[in-house]
Amino acid sequence: MQHIRAHVLVCGGTGCKSAGSKEIQLGFAKYLEEYGLQNEVMLVETGCHGFCEHGPLVIVYPEGTFYCHVKPEDVKEIVESHLYKGRIVERLLYREPLSHEQVPNYSEIGFYKKQQRLVLANCGAINPEMIEEYIAVGGYEALAKAVTTMTPEEVVDEVKKSGLRGRGGGGFPTGMKWQFAKNSVSDKKYVICNADEGDPGAFMDRSVLEGDPHRVLEGMAICGYAIGADEGYIYVRAEYPLAIKRLRTAIEQAEKMGLLGENIFGSGFNFTLHIKEGAGAFVCGEETALMASIEGKRGMPRPRPPFPAVSGLWGKPTNINNVETFANVAQIIVNGADWYCQYGTERSKGTKVFALTGKINNTGLAEVPMGITMREIIYDIGGGITNGKKFKAVQIGGPSGGCLPESMLDLPVDYDSLIAAGAMMGSGGLVVMDEDTCMVDVAKFFLNFTQSESCGKCTPCREGTKRMLEILTRITEGQGREGDIELLENLAKNIKETALCGLGQTAPNPVLSTLKYFRDEYEAHIKEKRCPAGVCEKLASYTITDACRGCGLCARNCPVQAISGKIKEKHVINQDICIKCGACMAACPFKAITKG
Amino acid sequence: MSLINQKCSCCGGENPEKVQVDAILAKYEGKKGSLIPILQEVQSLYNYLPKDVLEYVASKTGVPISEIYGVVTFYSLFHLNPRGRNIIRVCQGTACHVRGGKLILQALEKELGIKAGHTTEDLRYTLETVACIGACGLAPVMQINDDTHGRLTPDKLPAILKRYQ
Repeated sequence: MQHIRAHVLVCGGTGCKSAGSKEIQLGFAKYLEEYGLQNEVMLVETGCHGFCEHGPLVIVYPEGTFYCHVKPEDVKEIVESHLYKGRIVERLLYREPLSHEQVPNYSEIGFYKKQQRLVLANCGAINPEMIEEYIAVGGYEALAKAVTTMTPEEVVDEVKKSGLRGRGGGGFPTGMKWQFAKNSVSDKKYVICNADEGDPGAFMDRSVLEGDPHRVLEGMAICGYAIGADEGYIYVRAEYPLAIKRLRTAIEQAEKMGLLGENIFGSGFNFTLHIKEGAGAFVCGEETALMASIEGKRGMPRPRPPFPAVSGLWGKPTNINNVETFANVAQIIVNGADWYCQYGTERSKGTKVFALTGKINNTGLAEVPMGITMREIIYDIGGGITNGKKFKAVQIGGPSGGCLPESMLDLPVDYDSLIAAGAMMGSGGLVVMDEDTCMVDVAKFFLNFTQSESCGKCTPCREGTKRMLEILTRITEGQGREGDIELLENLAKNIKETALCGLGQTAPNPVLSTLKYFRDEYEAHIKEKRCPAGVCEKLASYTITDACRGCGLCARNCPVQAISGKIKEKHVINQDICIKCGACMAACPFKAITKG
Repeated sequence: MSLINQKCSCCGGENPEKVQVDAILAKYEGKKGSLIPILQEVQSLYNYLPKDVLEYVASKTGVPISEIYGVVTFYSLFHLNPRGRNIIRVCQGTACHVRGGKLILQALEKELGIKAGHTTEDLRYTLETVACIGACGLAPVMQINDDTHGRLTPDKLPAILKRYQ
């Protein structure tokens, strides 16, 4: 028998791939052979490890040595030094951002230490394109257990007991949703997986689909058994080509092994799966819009009731859950609801995957138990703010969520506390903002997004968000008027109460939460015509400091000839002519131009 | 000029694209909810959705052209005008926004001499914006065709663009 003494795991997630991990993988294949190690060291391409900031990542087992920012030219050294001679390549080890200490071992890194990786357990550990690896870590055991030893009623009860709530945003109890679909009597039912991850700043579903696709298929099949459906759809964004490819491979493999298809595990239960590619519309993340899109129509929501559990896809009872929700199911069935309930808080059980992005040292995916504080996520896992700047706000929940200030950092992160604070869990995007971020600009950014993604069906969303955006735009351009804040609040309240679907009902949240916590910034824009963070172009003024050497580059780059001065003497900007384009600042080689 | 009724330039028979459109339509015949996949496949054939081809799809599937037009204009991935050989999608998502995604877009607009949503005259590039491509860890990012380029700065752009003919 072949004896494998070491494994080299090369991350093949989207982040690492775009940073060049394919070349690194080829390099390993080449050098392992050159050193005659190809029979004792196994090379594995894995899914995302979540630590995208430091990619491309390479992990060598059995030691668990974690190499980051690996370049193709480093591969030979890793093979020669580590795998051939047994010496770790220290210069490629990870360093903690605050202490600058080297950390050789994967599990010792601050980013991973506080995490509780249940859903992401296999991401980065197994080859997502080989079903055998998923089965080897216990995959499809839950499906076998469910269809051969449990009744559908028992499956639904177990999920109910686990307290699992929808991970896509709303947080509706999953077991109850399944119960409704199960109770509907029909000759045909459907299971849909919502993989239309459209929230800007969220990429956990993508990573799960790319790193552990079988886990999602298994969850869907268990759901099919529980509610009595024999067909399912995965609705996935066309912008995720790698996820689509891996899902196709996974479905094919599962069908070949009889884990999908007819008479699964000899139980008489049939379940087939199809992939539907989205065509680029954010509103299709809303369940009724998503179903319209699968039916080949414009993806517009419709009023509920009837709920999809009663009348869904093609008028048949349908259960829709998000990727991360389905990815939680298998472990609940295998380990039981009581095991699952040990994680999380009283009303929010289990873990949640967050996408940490923005002005934070460790961008990436972090899975934490519910109830952890925002401070722990941002500082202990995220490694704090980049360039030693000051924390200003964290935006949670994407365009439906809100911005929380420093005073809320010790808030436990769970569905209910977030809503009480004016944000929401959403799909779990966490965008960290520092002192250089203008909160009015952020609110405008989100409203611009929801406004352009509004499907136009209902008036409050179509017209209301447009008016709100107009007001925000004029505030950021120095045309804000007395009473604008009150007008925004009034519009926001009306839209929240009257819009047809979740997109409209939550669209005002970013504005309301920034008004609640950063009202002084709005007032500075309106009353003093000043942007405290220096972001809003029309309110900024550029000045040349004493660092100017008089090279004249700024004057030559100015499109409106607003800059004058003699060569080798300090130049001056005429504020009356300046159009605040920033060209001078970009051109200055001495950083002698400031904006404020 | 009608793209669908054009004769084949070498043999005078039906043009090869029409044969392929027919094959796509045959593949989905009788399957419900297949309008979007049909349009996706037809678009990958022509690189956009020419008007007469859509009319042809309407006549063959029985779906009214008004409904097809409604679907095509609803989804951002469908295009009614010819597109460049290389599609540049600049991410304007939250993470990219706070890390300077707008500057990348402005630099690309300047470099290519076109605004977002337009195609260069030589059909080499089409410049588009996208709400989020889920590679936030690498912000700011852009996608050219299927390749993702991350941690961009304006000065890195010319070298990247050069690689796409």
